[in-house]
Amino acid sequence: MSEGRGVALRVEACAKTFPNGARALEAVTLDVDHGETVVLLGPSGCGKTTLLRIIAGLEAPDAGGRVLFNDADVTDVPIEKRNVGMVFQSYALFPNMSVAENIGYGLKIRGISRKERGERIAELTELTGIGGMEQRRIDQLSGGQRQRVALARAVAIHPSVLLLDEPLTALDAALRERLRGELDRLLRTLGITTIYVTHDQAEAMALGDRIVVMRNGAIAQIGSPRSVYFEPNSRFVAEFIGAANILQATVKDGYAVLPGGRMRMPKGTFAGPVTAMLRPEAIAIIQAEGTDLCGSVESVSFTGGRQRLIVTGAADRPIVVDAPNSLRVETGQRVGLSIESSAVRLLPEDRQ
Amino acid sequence: MRDRLIVAGQFLFTALVAAFLIVPAILSMLAGITVNYFRGIASGFTLQWVIQVWDLYSETIARSFLVAGAALLATLVIGVPAAYALIVRGGRLSRAVEEIITLPLAIPGLAIALALLLVYGGFSDFRRSWLFILAGHVIFTLPFMVRAVMAVLATIDVKTLDEGAASLGAGPWRRFRDVIVPNARPGILAGALSVVTLSLGEFNLTWMLHTPLTKTLPVGLADSYASMRLEVASAYTLVFFVMIIPLLVAMQLFADISSGSRSQA
Repeated sequence: MSEGRGVALRVEACAKTFPNGARALEAVTLDVDHGETVVLLGPSGCGKTTLLRIIAGLEAPDAGGRVLFNDADVTDVPIEKRNVGMVFQSYALFPNMSVAENIGYGLKIRGISRKERGERIAELTELTGIGGMEQRRIDQLSGGQRQRVALARAVAIHPSVLLLDEPLTALDAALRERLRGELDRLLRTLGITTIYVTHDQAEAMALGDRIVVMRNGAIAQIGSPRSVYFEPNSRFVAEFIGAANILQATVKDGYAVLPGGRMRMPKGTFAGPVTAMLRPEAIAIIQAEGTDLCGSVESVSFTGGRQRLIVTGAADRPIVVDAPNSLRVETGQRVGLSIESSAVRLLPEDRQ
Repeated sequence: MRDRLIVAGQFLFTALVAAFLIVPAILSMLAGITVNYFRGIASGFTLQWVIQVWDLYSETIARSFLVAGAALLATLVIGVPAAYALIVRGGRLSRAVEEIITLPLAIPGLAIALALLLVYGGFSDFRRSWLFILAGHVIFTLPFMVRAVMAVLATIDVKTLDEGAASLGAGPWRRFRDVIVPNARPGILAGALSVVTLSLGEFNLTWMLHTPLTKTLPVGLADSYASMRLEVASAYTLVFFVMIIPLLVAMQLFADISSGSRSQA
């Protein structure tokens, strides 16, 4: 299926201060390549939805901010003239229209003939897996079906940018995971420039070409899912994306000195106090005898595919370890911890 | 025991409704078609009083419907967009506007009429025309339309629906027509029903505002009670009922059908 690749998008120094004085967004600059999927990720109140609404044209940025579609300044263009496809968290489907009428509404506004509309609607219901439901009313659909209708309606108009505001949040966990897969396939098929807002890091990892981690109205880090996971630039990003052990230690002769022994640091680490991050799956459990770093198992929780251990006594705080599910280990057992120095990530001291 | 109490209570309620609502209405209408009310039904039935009322007041009756229809039109044109704007805008200013619109509910009709007369009584052409009465009726009925529509709009997420339609390329008027009005329909119908019945039955305001040439149904009724035979006044009541009841039933049915089609489809 050949869809336009969408526009290249540039958000330039866009800040947002609401009339009540609340500062929702610091001056943010962001470039999105055409066809790229960028996920805005952060806790609630971090400004991600405000940024999305500025791109959509539902909010105007403070003076000085600009939004560009393919180098054309659209800052003062209202949303109805921006040709954006938007999926709202509550879907915003029109209860007075059938599924087909909802999907075809944007095309009708654009003066597309009934016949062409019918063809496009058929194409999209097929693509989103809601074929046969064209004549249903919105209140006869399940949550997952509504989500698909909202998506079909948003992409029906061949939008320049597809904007999704927490589109899966209203669904239960199992359905969310399934739709995440479908959504990923759909976004790749369509190849439209996409901005996706979520607070769910797993969603962000699965869908984003790049992830923009946001905090307190500012961008904390931009990067591919792998780079924000493996190379977080702050303690906030490290802890927000996945589970992370954050250790405080003093480095001496290339080793971090810890209560339970020592840990080899990456080459070139300077001596002195450091903050280091370790992902739970990067730590291997080995025999306690003759190892550099030891601790005792405080708890074991078996979740099927893996088991999560809490090991105390090794560092200044309990260490979380994701171990293979075949490992036999008991609470209270003394174990050794084997850590590749390349898995240790040094973090700057957090300012906040 | 409790069941019997409930049954007794229901019976009492029915009896009270019959005694104070249905019986007086029926007797009044019967009086309108008896030859001589003081001699009772035995004096025989006649349509002469009804014919007399029709001859004397048909213009008044027509005017009443004209005013009600125009009031409905005006409240639709002003009230529905106003309700939409008040809901979408929100905030303190909207609250204040809503309060001001609702004010005529709390103020006696006579006071509103007096205020209108003080300000516009001097514009004699306006003062003498039925439009003067229409102005009063619109002021009085507008809050009913606005509140009914706002109540329905408040139950659906209008703001997001509006944004959804905007994202698909619909301008403000198109959004209002395609998305807001259809979804506000139950409220608009309920509001319309209130406006028409209130306008047709309105007496306070109209009595102050009318001239001998711009009477409405209820004012004519008062006029006939005051100055004619009891049978003529009763015949007037009969005419009033015959005109209004089918209208009310029709509007109610219309409202039921359109709201029913929403919930069951």
